[in-house]
Amino acid sequence: MNENLFASFATPTMMGLPIVILIIMFPSILFPSSNRLINNRLISIQQWLVQLTSKQMMAIHNNKGQTWTLMLMSLILFIGSTNLLGLLPHSFTPTTQLSMNLGMAIPLWAGTVFMGFRHKTKAALAHFLPQGTPIFLIPMLVIIETISLFIQPMALAVRLTANITAGHLLIHLIGGATLALMDISPSTALITFIILILLTILEFAVAMIQAYVFTLLVSLYLHDNT
Amino acid sequence: MDVKIGELPSWKVMWDFTPKGIVGAFQRGYCCYYDKYEQVCQCEERGRCWGFYGAYVLFNYCLSCKELKCERPHKHHQGETSVDGAL
Repeated sequence: MNENLFASFATPTMMGLPIVILIIMFPSILFPSSNRLINNRLISIQQWLVQLTSKQMMAIHNNKGQTWTLMLMSLILFIGSTNLLGLLPHSFTPTTQLSMNLGMAIPLWAGTVFMGFRHKTKAALAHFLPQGTPIFLIPMLVIIETISLFIQPMALAVRLTANITAGHLLIHLIGGATLALMDISPSTALITFIILILLTILEFAVAMIQAYVFTLLVSLYLHDNT
Repeated sequence: MDVKIGELPSWKVMWDFTPKGIVGAFQRGYCCYYDKYEQVCQCEERGRCWGFYGAYVLFNYCLSCKELKCERPHKHHQGETSVDGAL
């Protein structure tokens, strides 16, 4: 049973060939592009949502920061759609893999840091020492701020991985408990089924919130460095 | 359909004045308005989306079929004695 619990997180293969790339590319089908002036309802709703999100997220940035709009909007759409598709039965969620999330977090964080050091070197170095620090605390605080800087991409990746993995595991466990209790005590099975429904609703919310949090944090790192 | 002014009375008599015909005329009128002004895309996007999700679930089920077979409960043989029975 313990082995089966984590079997859904194994990278899927078909006849020995890894098909994880196909699964990663699948959400792009759900966002059709159109060259019409007036689109159908699906595309209109998607365009409205993207416009709403980009206005809310990119309003704090200057001209240099707003060049990242396409990157950040693609990021939130990709993570959100991947997390939501992972809630379908039997589906594989790429964002449960730490390798994938590190692959997203490290380049984006490094891009913001390099941009900050390249264009505003003094301001970027000044982030290592908060204003008003006592003199005898300066060495220790510089070390702490350096560690906190390098922890940022790790925290981004691990936060997303842990949230999505934990949610899927809980659904798996409570679903298994509901099935097992159906023969023993139907009333208890009903209670666990209601808990399962509430948990599924929570996981829908967590899927979207985690995508927003990931993108917002990258946006904040960008704002600090531009 | 082209109707000449002189043929207008005879064309009007051809209409279906039963309640079913009148309701059908209103339905056809609404459908013409909807197809021309509201439904721009030819394909039904809702059906396409649910079809995609269903195919995706089926595809993933087929991939994870082997692991699922292990979760099926095993039938106990009749000759086996359980530990609880011994205690």
